[in-house]
Amino acid sequence: QHIQEDLNTQLFDNLVSFLRRSHSECQEKTTEWTCRMKSREIPAAALILGVNVMDHDLTLKSLSEVLQDNITPYIALLEAKDCPGIKNLMQKLMGQLMNCHIDVDSLEDEDYVQVSQNRIRCSMTSLVNWYKSVTKKTDSETPSKKRASSPRHGQSPPVVVIFKDMESFTTKVLQDFIVISSQHIHELPLVLIFGIATSPMVIHSLLPHSVSSLLCIELFQSLSCKEHLSTIIDKVLLTAQFPFKLGEKVLQVLINIFLYHDFSVQNFIKGFQLCIVEHFYSQPLSVLCCQLVEAKKRANSLSHDQCENIRRLPSFRRYVESQVSEKQVALLTADSVVKEVTQQLLEDLHVYHENYVSVLRCLHVFTSSLPKYPLGKQIRELHCACLENQVWETEEYDSSLQLARMLNKSDLVTMLQQCVEILVSSSGKEFDKTVEKLKEFLTQFQKLEAEAFQEQDVSISSQKELRKKTDLYHLQKTLLELKESRRSKKLTKFEMLRFEVVDYIDSLVRSYLVPADHKTLHEILYFNTASVLRAHLNAAPRTALHTALNNPYCYLKNQALKPDGGSISNKAPDICIVYKLHLECGRLINLVDWLEAFSTVVMAVEGPHADAASSDQVDDIIHARFIRAVSELELLGFIKPSKQKTDHVARLTWGGC
Amino acid sequence: MPNLEHPAYPADALLQLESLVPCRESQVSLLLSIFGERQQFSFPSIFIYGHTSSGKTYVMQTLLNTLQLPHVFVNCVEYFTSRLLLEEILFQLQSCSSEAEQTSHVPCDNFNDFVRLFKQAVASQELQDQTLYIVLDRAEQLREMEANILPVFLRLQELTDRNVTVVLLSEIVWELFRPNTGCFEPFTLYFPDYSIGHLQKILSQNHPPEYSADFYAAYINILLGVFYMVCRDLRELQHLAALNFSKYCEPVVRGEANERDTRKLWKNIEPHLKKAMQTVYLREISSSQWERLQRDDGEPGQLKGLSAHTHVELPYYSKFLLIAAYLASYNPVRTDKRFFLKHHGKVRKTNFMKKHEKTSNHLLGPKPFPLDRLLAILYSIVDKRVSPTANIFSQITSLVTLQLLSIVGHNDQLDGPRYKCTVSLDFIRAIAR
Repeated sequence: QHIQEDLNTQLFDNLVSFLRRSHSECQEKTTEWTCRMKSREIPAAALILGVNVMDHDLTLKSLSEVLQDNITPYIALLEAKDCPGIKNLMQKLMGQLMNCHIDVDSLEDEDYVQVSQNRIRCSMTSLVNWYKSVTKKTDSETPSKKRASSPRHGQSPPVVVIFKDMESFTTKVLQDFIVISSQHIHELPLVLIFGIATSPMVIHSLLPHSVSSLLCIELFQSLSCKEHLSTIIDKVLLTAQFPFKLGEKVLQVLINIFLYHDFSVQNFIKGFQLCIVEHFYSQPLSVLCCQLVEAKKRANSLSHDQCENIRRLPSFRRYVESQVSEKQVALLTADSVVKEVTQQLLEDLHVYHENYVSVLRCLHVFTSSLPKYPLGKQIRELHCACLENQVWETEEYDSSLQLARMLNKSDLVTMLQQCVEILVSSSGKEFDKTVEKLKEFLTQFQKLEAEAFQEQDVSISSQKELRKKTDLYHLQKTLLELKESRRSKKLTKFEMLRFEVVDYIDSLVRSYLVPADHKTLHEILYFNTASVLRAHLNAAPRTALHTALNNPYCYLKNQALKPDGGSISNKAPDICIVYKLHLECGRLINLVDWLEAFSTVVMAVEGPHADAASSDQVDDIIHARFIRAVSELELLGFIKPSKQKTDHVARLTWGGC
Repeated sequence: MPNLEHPAYPADALLQLESLVPCRESQVSLLLSIFGERQQFSFPSIFIYGHTSSGKTYVMQTLLNTLQLPHVFVNCVEYFTSRLLLEEILFQLQSCSSEAEQTSHVPCDNFNDFVRLFKQAVASQELQDQTLYIVLDRAEQLREMEANILPVFLRLQELTDRNVTVVLLSEIVWELFRPNTGCFEPFTLYFPDYSIGHLQKILSQNHPPEYSADFYAAYINILLGVFYMVCRDLRELQHLAALNFSKYCEPVVRGEANERDTRKLWKNIEPHLKKAMQTVYLREISSSQWERLQRDDGEPGQLKGLSAHTHVELPYYSKFLLIAAYLASYNPVRTDKRFFLKHHGKVRKTNFMKKHEKTSNHLLGPKPFPLDRLLAILYSIVDKRVSPTANIFSQITSLVTLQLLSIVGHNDQLDGPRYKCTVSLDFIRAIAR
């Protein structure tokens, strides 16, 4: 399972580098701001991060890291939940700034920390004093210490304050803070960064004009989370580098959660990690899910049980059935043969992935520019479609090929060039021929172009001829002829070539984009149990509660509780009985009636002989059990005491939801 | 023009003061006469009020600085608790006369301590013979601190038995301050707003040295002509003047017009200023962006303002949730049945909606609705079956934190929370697209 860790680190590396790119622009701005501090305005950056609040944490953290490396050691990240009042905000700010200072040059400042800890006097003046002392000290220290980053800090590095999720701050706190810091902007170079989830209008709605006029806001739009997702899918799933793959349904589930529920990339990554864990946990053959060389080694040292496992795989069985009979016997009996074949098949699978990815990209180049996007705009949709079944059998594929046959030449040429680039950059060995073929197409197109030029020349000359003629009728006739001939001739040539290209792409697709479940041993690399994942990620608390109460067998696994028709069994726990009874009632439930029904159900079995004793007076024990069950239901939020009638309770939930 | 005259102060200092505070001569002379001579006891507390940027703080500061009166200047927003405020006053008091001495931090928790420490401080600084001024800027904040702080400041002279005057600066009138327990009435002084003539005079005063005063005054005239309708805030006008001046000078620098050619200059600058009014004044784009724009002479259309980015990307179900919330907020309950049960066709539904929105429901504002109703509407407007997963519920709360919905009523109620939709029709239209 060590690959899993590798994968995670890789994933986060991707993410961080990605973010770094998106924020590099922001850094430049920050450095620029430091020079213009002359006015009373506080430089501020409004960072629109999108609604996925969960990702902000990561983004802002990496942003502050980047800033710390490049611009200033003084960064404070404030969260709304820590700052209910201006006092808490200042305390938090001071704490973070001073601590981070200590971190930076963890020197002899022990007594200094002591002092700052002791006096809880958190005001801007003390902050300014602290800042002055720190800058003075670093100035005197830098020559002796020679830190790499200090020259870039300049004489007075700015203090950056990041507000995470600006919407949840109370307006008063923000206003006060901005007013205060504007008083001290000359002494304390402060830069504010607001993380905004919705739209920059909130700045205006949160701050009155008198306060917002103190700010000098610049706007930065971070990449939308959809693009973010596509890059991650691009880098992690659509490479041959990582052996672990997601099956179609699983990927669909993950993407649906992302698109329908929360635009949270972090959740997507977590879901992906869950898939990895689940796969390695549930699939005994997942030891083979690693880099190719390693996998071959491991395949060599498989035990007998594991070989049996391989034989049990449905895809392997299919493979065996397709072989000749003596080979079948060998495969089914000898472990060594199985090992050999497994190695062979794993290698096949690896090659298949390499080819798959590059051909998929080529196909995406073609389909993504078609009108109406029959195969989807994003490469992930195409990927899903290809994983699901044989893509060339779908209607969408047909229609997209139809459309591709109507492309104009310049588009077609650029697409072909892109395809050539993709194929050349990919590592597959079988693509040499393909590349050649495509290049050939390109040259043919160029030839065509040249011919077209010539033809134009011809037509021009013929037009010159035409001018000489004065007869109107003749002129019309020849013009028509000319046009017709030109069109038919040119189009046929071009069209033929175009058909050829499209057919060739079609053949490529047919040979390389076979869905993964048609490949032998795909179970090792692909994780395909979507239902497990859905159950884990898409929690449905109400439904779960309903099943638990309605059908206790589902959780308790007690044979006596097996559901039998619609009747209410008296062996079920009390709360289940009460719950089922309450489902039959209306909005207001009479407690006495309820109790009556409850006792009837409970007494149903032991009824006949005990009936005589307590016919009109309910047993005390049953009464107590009933009251306990009802209060449990109240705790779960199904009922609440109503104020309209004293001996009634009100139902809070309804039917299916 | 009333010349500032006071026997206690040297004439040149007064003259300098007069040049520094234009258009506020009468107030300053009144203040001076209240202050009296240095050693004289003055009025125990003075309350000065006036609209934003009518020069209250500035006048007090220059007055006290130029005449070198001992004073303490504190902003009440900055020192947000009474303890911080008192400590800051003491701190400034200690350092105001003797800088060399390393002032130590004095803890001061309540007014009893403050009075005692204050006496000590004054005694040690030999300030007995002069009136000490304590200026509290943005004094309206004092009302939010402890109840006793305002009355005590008002009669500090009496309590400490020292020569001290407290000056309160505020934007609101004294009547709103008066505590219901009653207190010492301060002397109130009103700073009226600057008139357009005053603004012109003040703005033209600090003209850049490379241009003549007349030239700058003409520029200010134009600027005021454009902006006076919308903005009378002196500080804002100063800011705008500084931002746009380089543009105004451009023809002169290029030699196309001389400094006297006001008409030509006016033609050049006027559309520019109007553009500035739409963007910079509203803080749609920041001033640094504006400056860069001027330098590049580019089209402002390329730079989108803050309000241009109104589009919000939301997840699929969040959109539906928000739409459902909107419908629940603005449609009365009794119409739910008609809208969501009978017609399953979408076309009819939207027709109904539009008709309904024409009525006055929108003028009444959003109404609260229970969670169950929101979910019921959600189920009916989403085509596919939606399972009530935890994700849906968490989306509702995340919409609340984004301030698109708001919770109505008490939080502690676990059952049946009620929500309100706080977004506008335009926003919903953009989402529902």
